[in-house]
Amino acid sequence: MVFDLIKGLLGQEEKKEAKPAEAAAEKREEEAVSASGGQPEEGASWLSLDAWVSLEGLKKGLEKTRSRLEGHLKGLFALGQTVDEHLLEEVEAALIEADMGVKPVNRLMEELRRACQSGQIKDAVGLKAYLKTSLKERFKGYKLELNMSPTPPTVIMIAGVNGSGKTTSIAKLGYMFVKEGKRVLLAAGDTYRAAAVEQLEIWAGRVGAQIIKHQTGADPAAVAYDALQAAVARGMDVVIVDTAGRLHTKQNLMNELGKIKKVLSKRIEHAPHEVLLVLDATTGQNAISQAKLFKEAIDITGIFLAKLDGTAKGGVVLGMQDEIKIPVKFVGLGEKAENIQRFDPEGFIDALFD
Amino acid sequence: MFEAITKSLEAVFDRLRGRGRLTRENIQEGLREVRTALLEADVNYKVVKDLINRVTEKAVGEEVLQSVAPGQQIVKIIYDELVRLMGPVGQPMTFQEGNPTVIMLVGLHGCGKTTTSAKLAKLALSKGRKPLLVAADIQRPAAIEQLKVLGKQLGIPVYSENGGQPPLLCQRAFDYAIKNGQNVVILDTAGRLHIDEELMAELREIKERTKPYSVLFVCDAMTGQDAVNSAKEFNSQLEFDGAILTKMDGDTRGGAALSIKAVTGKPIKYVGVGEKLDMLEEFYPDRMASRILGMGDVVTLVEKAQAAVKEEDAKAFARKIKEESLTLEDFLDQLQKIKKMGPLQELLSMIPGMGTKMEGLEVEEAQMKKIEAMIQSMTKEERANPDLIDGSHRQRIARGSATTPHDINQLLKQFRFMKKMLKTAFGGATSLSRMGLPKGLPAGMFKGKRK
Repeated sequence: MVFDLIKGLLGQEEKKEAKPAEAAAEKREEEAVSASGGQPEEGASWLSLDAWVSLEGLKKGLEKTRSRLEGHLKGLFALGQTVDEHLLEEVEAALIEADMGVKPVNRLMEELRRACQSGQIKDAVGLKAYLKTSLKERFKGYKLELNMSPTPPTVIMIAGVNGSGKTTSIAKLGYMFVKEGKRVLLAAGDTYRAAAVEQLEIWAGRVGAQIIKHQTGADPAAVAYDALQAAVARGMDVVIVDTAGRLHTKQNLMNELGKIKKVLSKRIEHAPHEVLLVLDATTGQNAISQAKLFKEAIDITGIFLAKLDGTAKGGVVLGMQDEIKIPVKFVGLGEKAENIQRFDPEGFIDALFD
Repeated sequence: MFEAITKSLEAVFDRLRGRGRLTRENIQEGLREVRTALLEADVNYKVVKDLINRVTEKAVGEEVLQSVAPGQQIVKIIYDELVRLMGPVGQPMTFQEGNPTVIMLVGLHGCGKTTTSAKLAKLALSKGRKPLLVAADIQRPAAIEQLKVLGKQLGIPVYSENGGQPPLLCQRAFDYAIKNGQNVVILDTAGRLHIDEELMAELREIKERTKPYSVLFVCDAMTGQDAVNSAKEFNSQLEFDGAILTKMDGDTRGGAALSIKAVTGKPIKYVGVGEKLDMLEEFYPDRMASRILGMGDVVTLVEKAQAAVKEEDAKAFARKIKEESLTLEDFLDQLQKIKKMGPLQELLSMIPGMGTKMEGLEVEEAQMKKIEAMIQSMTKEERANPDLIDGSHRQRIARGSATTPHDINQLLKQFRFMKKMLKTAFGGATSLSRMGLPKGLPAGMFKGKRK
């Protein structure tokens, strides 16, 4: 099984990993990040790295958590084990505790019970297989690749609530594009929070991107416009537009986002080509409200699921698909610029039960 | 706020109210709904399980069966249980005498530590203390800069170093505070994962070196099921004294409040309710429980109303209603007061029963602005006596307010209607003190979106 295969791989790789102390020490040398840290092999393009990124990233993200957390389901899915109420309850608990949401879980549990009664599921191993197939179903038909403009620059707008991890996620995207050999420009559109511009500036320097900034308190739409002007003049490949964090319920701030987006499309037709909502993986059911209201305001095209390296599973992105269809495109798995990977439904769902 | 949980609970209680007595069965059905509601509010799975067990025990007893109003009683049991879980009320900020009072803030990335540090410093300042903010987050780019900017805004000194080890930095900050007569020291530590052993050890060392008077766990109110894991781990490593729940001004149902208290036994001390630095409020378990149970947060609403409306103004308004001498000028004045109280939608959701009744209705803040513009385009005489407004007046007012004569007509019609309604609805009482707010608003302010 894929699940076991990945698990096996993870287990083996783990032994070779640096001790926690060393890993943490390395984390502090942030300056080293852009120079050498976690660089993929020379010449390999991002796309061909997909497999590498998935396993490596997943492993790194989970490495801290796996040893500490006794999974609900550890040992329960053993061969020959029958499906009983106890097992079903454990499955239910695991899904709810992964933030999938009680209603989507209830629906799924009904489905599982029916499949058990009809004999479709015969034992615990069968249950697990059925469960995973059903969960993966939710991510079917999504285009996980970014929409790149045929004529550069490709414009990516970033939004999210306060503290969701926008700036770090932008740094990660910037790093990814720079690694691909693209010319990247960041627009310091968070003109509200103290020192947000400085924060992005430091990241721009680290990952090797250019930056357009105004003063704190400036009109973010004007920053966005200037960034596109500069991007066209300088022949940039990608522009990533930062915005200030805002709660999705603040109507005036959501209107402001709409204005920024409109300004982008005025300067470059079809821009922004991607509008990513940065979602903190520890967020619970409120993420659905976030996704809905950000979609309403700026028609988000995907989710960047940040902070997935903790113990939170980010299961709300599974549950929300029942109500609102939004693909997850990237996950963030740490504080370093290279701790980014494309969303891999397979690995994500496997991790729910790890 | 709390719309969904309110909705499902109200449905349950409506059903229970319809029955004479509780049976084991209908308790089960009701409690299943309660469970769903609590889980949807992000209360942790295990915490919910325990709560349901406790409530079941209490509800199936004689207590309830002998009650004349069983529906009311189960609401009370659940409410009490929620209050009990989230209480007792945390002490408001206290200080130690002698050595500086060290307050250490810890938490995950992006939970709001830096903003909360500044808010606490402002609070300490307002209590006559001399706070020092300490930039102990040397991890996140520009975090030091951020704290410096906030300190400057508040006129509060910020201690920072270039690089260095946070535990030593904090110790030096403490010495600096003593030397400079700062008697409150607020440590803004870097965000970290609770499973990052190295960084958790660093926090323990800061704690050892600075002997904080209070360690506070800062938690994003939107946190889901995982709140128990981070809270438990931070608590077991640092034994924090309380928690601060941030970003409560959104529409999160805030189940994390219940979870944190349940797994650590530590109270929520404050809630952050906005980005501005004075937006830190004390936590009231009863208010939170009321909100969760759909009883509305009347206390907060009343407080907001009191802050916005002076008593004599309210009395004068009441007299005018009684005498039917209410003018458009008064109406404008009321509108502006309501606006001062905060977003309309948020206010309405605090009113008992409004949570579900507002479903599908969209409050038009824009409509409010339009009404303001129309009244402001009228002369004083017109405002005092709307009957003066004829065709040509309407034309002029419409031009002045970028509306149409039709809009003006609508407004006048609504105003007359409202005057009549207020008179019948309230007699002599004031509108705000009786929570008659929505009735006092013109019907056009709500855009019907019912399916």
